[in-house]
Amino acid sequence: MTLLCQAPAALVGWPPWLEASVQHSSQFWMANMYSKGTKRKFYDSVDAATDNKAALYSRQRQSLLDMSLIKLQLCHMLVEPNMCRSVLIANTVRHIQEEMTHDGSWQLVTEAFGSSGPSDHLVATEVLCRSSALEQQGGGPKLYSVMGYDGCREEEVVTDEALCSVTFSGGAPSLLGTIDHCWDRAELRMAAVEDRVIKDSGSEVESGEGAKTVMGQVFGTFEIKNGAPGSDPALEELFSAVDASYYDLDTMLTSIQSTPKMGPYNLLDSMASSHGPTSNSSCRTDLSELDHIMEIIVGS
Amino acid sequence: MEAVSCRCYQFNLLLVMLFVTADIISTVEFNHSGELLATGDKGGRVVIFQQELESKNQPQCRGEYNVYSTFQSHEPEFDYLKSLEIEEKINKIRWLPQKNAAQFLLSTNDKTIKLWKISERDKRPEGYNLKEEDGRYRDPTTVTTLRVPVFQPMDLMVEASPRRVFANAHTYHINSISVNSDCETYLSADDLRINLWNLEITDRSFNIVDIKPVNMEELTEVITAAEFHPNQCNTFVYSSSKGTIRLCDMRASALCDQHSKLFEEPEDPSNRSFFSEIISSISDVKFSHSGRYMMTRDYLSVKIWDLNMESRPVETYQVHEYLRSKLCSLYENDCIFDKFECCWNGNDSVVMTGSYNNFFRMFDRGYRQDVTLEASRESSKPRSVLKPRKVCTGGKRKKDEISVDSLDFNKKILHTAWHPQDNIIAVATTNNLYIFQDKL
Repeated sequence: MTLLCQAPAALVGWPPWLEASVQHSSQFWMANMYSKGTKRKFYDSVDAATDNKAALYSRQRQSLLDMSLIKLQLCHMLVEPNMCRSVLIANTVRHIQEEMTHDGSWQLVTEAFGSSGPSDHLVATEVLCRSSALEQQGGGPKLYSVMGYDGCREEEVVTDEALCSVTFSGGAPSLLGTIDHCWDRAELRMAAVEDRVIKDSGSEVESGEGAKTVMGQVFGTFEIKNGAPGSDPALEELFSAVDASYYDLDTMLTSIQSTPKMGPYNLLDSMASSHGPTSNSSCRTDLSELDHIMEIIVGS
Repeated sequence: MEAVSCRCYQFNLLLVMLFVTADIISTVEFNHSGELLATGDKGGRVVIFQQELESKNQPQCRGEYNVYSTFQSHEPEFDYLKSLEIEEKINKIRWLPQKNAAQFLLSTNDKTIKLWKISERDKRPEGYNLKEEDGRYRDPTTVTTLRVPVFQPMDLMVEASPRRVFANAHTYHINSISVNSDCETYLSADDLRINLWNLEITDRSFNIVDIKPVNMEELTEVITAAEFHPNQCNTFVYSSSKGTIRLCDMRASALCDQHSKLFEEPEDPSNRSFFSEIISSISDVKFSHSGRYMMTRDYLSVKIWDLNMESRPVETYQVHEYLRSKLCSLYENDCIFDKFECCWNGNDSVVMTGSYNNFFRMFDRGYRQDVTLEASRESSKPRSVLKPRKVCTGGKRKKDEISVDSLDFNKKILHTAWHPQDNIIAVATTNNLYIFQDKL
């Protein structure tokens, strides 16, 4: 069983319970990565047949968790993802988390890394620490950095090669494709809500469900909200989508700001060119419109 | 235990037709007489095959199937609100029982169901007074006599026209449609809801099952399939991703969230793994023709349930148990989420379902025999009987056996159908449709 070494670049719009489980698992990833070296020495000196078995099971379980989280991440396609599949994978993640809680793996992790902060905080550390661990191993593809959050100690540089080389075994679509799609969707939503944002800039719109990231894109995209009383469901839907979009755009923009050798248009061009043929060409926004959108975001 | 009457099947199947479709086949369905076979594909097209009448010259050939009609049922759409495409792929086709000369079928994609009328035209009127044969109008002053137009035979033309469009009733993806035995209503099921329609009314449907949680974050179970009982117009079943089947009675209440019966087999603790739930997810549910039993397909097995016993199935058949040790790889490459269908033969004595490597399996319930056959051009030589296949699970591989590691997981048979009366089966590989019949 292959141990996947790539973490999701960004946990965009997941249901809160899933984000919570991810931030815990990310700490466990780091624990695993850093402690691997010391563990090996330990095994050499002590006869630990049962420990080996437990460690193997633990690694396999972790690998399964990694795989599941990435599968959920890759649900962001142009066509709505299969809900049955998403639910089954999410249940698997929950199941693993429950088991890890039971056998004390969660406690270890929480103690080692202190109490959990906001999920975006740990997304950053998880991504960065994973990347730095990869560097130690001789490097894999570099991922986007999630800048602008507390706790970041490093910057990652995004290069053209990195953008084009992030792939998965087993023929799963590339992370790049995911990010592209997130971006395209963000573009679309921004283009669609642009007028409304300008008109309703003062109002703060709450989603009907009340959750911060509003059901997440895993389940949320399936939803057509049918009115909290007194609110326009279409408007709510659009604004709820904007939340996730902002996150996407923020990620994009901060990456742009942190890479002096690539201007924003270069980045967009390289993404556009490596965008798979599966995308609907009717979804592309003009660069001039993008400019306008960025101005709004950066300006605010 | 009731004696199941059946013939002793030798499974002497011959390939009688192979049709290559332009797109991946997504559904296969015989009509109620078996004369017509409809296939739907990923491109939104429906192709209907018709069985030729028995030819006296070739008594060996019961009747070959030829293309009868082809039409574009659904087109790709774009949901502007969610910025997502709506696939035109046909998820299901269901025929209506025939009432007059025309045939009717329901076809559905993820969001919209359509009722199609397929009618034949083999005559046309000729001898108009005011029109020429090519349609041009004649100068009225040249008309000196009157004649009665008559119908003249013409080459058969099969027309398909959409008669109803049932749209905008499903938030989630439609996975099943089922025509009621009353022939007036039908149900459509998506991941979280089931709606009841009247075939005549397109702007209204009744929601009869809703399992959507108030808080979507608490979603852990979806509806995977639904079907009306073949005889009782008040009864239907739906299956879930957790391996349960619920039987509902529409007389009990308007909203059938409370099931009348819950069919669930307790989990085998010795086989428990992280994949237990995924492989227990039911991909298809089909009532027997008699209405006494129902069959469910989960990832590794086919189960027959007696409607009178909810605690466990009466029969369980392992489709490809050798995959149990490969579940992690199958999870990685997403094959574990493949939705296999299953079907009964005409007298409910044999059930059939697909597998990988273009294999399909048949289980004879009475004689407790099962067989693995392959739908491929290499193994389907014209007029020669299909040879049973065997998968070697370990140890020494015998001649003609295939090892588990050699199986091609890209070649999967998800859709199969059995003629309602005869031993004629339709098996769909990725984009090939095979029709096999029993050697006479």
